[in-house]
Amino acid sequence: MIRFEKVTKRLGRRNVLDELDMEIRPGETFVICGPSGMGKSVTLKHMVRLLTPDKGRVWVGDACVSEARGRDLEKIRSRFGVLFQGGALLQWLTAGENVALPLREHTQMSDEEIEALVREKLRLVELEDAYDKAPSDLSGGMRKRVALARAIITQPEIILYDEPTSGLDPVTSRTIDTLIDNLRRQLGVTSVVVTHDLHSALAIGSRIAMLHNGKVVEVSAPDEFIKSDNEVVRGFLDAQYITRRGHWEEEPTK
Amino acid sequence: MSLEALLFIPTAFSKRSRQEVLNQCYVTGIKSLAVISVVAAFTGMILALQTGLELRRFGLQQNIGTAVTVVMLREMGPFMTALIIAASVGSAIAAQVGTMVVSEEVSALEIMSINPVRFIVMPRLFALALMMPLLAVYTNILGILGGAVVGATQLQVSFQAYFDNARLYAENKDLYVGLVKAFVFGVVIATTACHQGFSASEGAVGVGQATRRTVIISFLVILVLGYMLTRVFYR
Repeated sequence: MIRFEKVTKRLGRRNVLDELDMEIRPGETFVICGPSGMGKSVTLKHMVRLLTPDKGRVWVGDACVSEARGRDLEKIRSRFGVLFQGGALLQWLTAGENVALPLREHTQMSDEEIEALVREKLRLVELEDAYDKAPSDLSGGMRKRVALARAIITQPEIILYDEPTSGLDPVTSRTIDTLIDNLRRQLGVTSVVVTHDLHSALAIGSRIAMLHNGKVVEVSAPDEFIKSDNEVVRGFLDAQYITRRGHWEEEPTK
Repeated sequence: MSLEALLFIPTAFSKRSRQEVLNQCYVTGIKSLAVISVVAAFTGMILALQTGLELRRFGLQQNIGTAVTVVMLREMGPFMTALIIAASVGSAIAAQVGTMVVSEEVSALEIMSINPVRFIVMPRLFALALMMPLLAVYTNILGILGGAVVGATQLQVSFQAYFDNARLYAENKDLYVGLVKAFVFGVVIATTACHQGFSASEGAVGVGQATRRTVIISFLVILVLGYMLTRVFYR
């Protein structure tokens, strides 16, 4: 579905991605995790060409997104919905207007049809009451859920989540996890989630990739991931009190 | 960027752009009226007082009608309006667009295949290009009235004499040149503010720098272009 072929990206003096090879399969929830500054969000941005590789190629199906231009790029991007880290809602529009924006811009639907669809998506993220609220009146978690409703309003094949649970309390984080999982089940979408929250990754991921120094050092299903002997993975699991049995413990274990 | 935005001007009143264009016209025009009113009136009053005091030494103070009207129409009307709009509206646009860039709102627009130039730049460019000449006319009227009040109260020049004198020497060309200047200044402010906003990076610091650069660059370009346009129209 999405394929990275030896992608290198240099930002400043550092190779953030270093000949990165990676493949995401249709219908799975692929989680990219790793420490901050290791290129997780940069990887995500390459999938929709918000960034272009210095070397290598990124494929979405049969289309090379890293070389697409104009209409071709628009066509590829129309297959995606993206949930940005802070939600990226337009501040001068209400929550409902934000969710309606892609429809108002790209369809000939009537105002009534758009409103009905927007309310349906807001109901899906359990925020129907937020229709007339300004983004500034919403909490961080609510903003992300509105942004998620906007991301799915055009029924994309692939949804990208950039740190969907960062800055949220544990209860709201699990709500977002449940939403991501429900969307995959209900809509059958392919999901790519960037996070450093391993509890979240283990709960929703079909496969988890660990990014370190611009390369993928481990890709496996959650039950294999927690048993990994890779030093970077082990350190990351220990730091979040996750043992080889998947238990949360008070002290890191070796 | 400005050229691309100009290509989208015909869509300014399409269903998807109309609301934002009208909103920007309101922000630029109506919300700026209070500060422009004060600055315009006092500009005219200062002009009348300074020229009137000098002219009175030669017994020519009745000519302040012409002096104030011509200077307001040709130069001070569009110039003062541009400075106020650059400092208030231009800086606000740069801050807003800069914040949109650093908070990934512009990226979100790109992903939704919404052209940020059409969505963000065009309404602001359209509003400033349209509202600046209208505001300059308003500034001119208040400035000239302010001068008349000073003439009547401090220089013993009646309203009748002030306006008769103004009509005698001020030409339509003075008004047109001022309007052309105001239009050009509007385009300059919108272009500078949007360009600086889109160039913002590194969070709040970057947004602050973009805002500061917008005001400085706009002021300098307005000054230089103002001089050049005067040279073109009054050789």
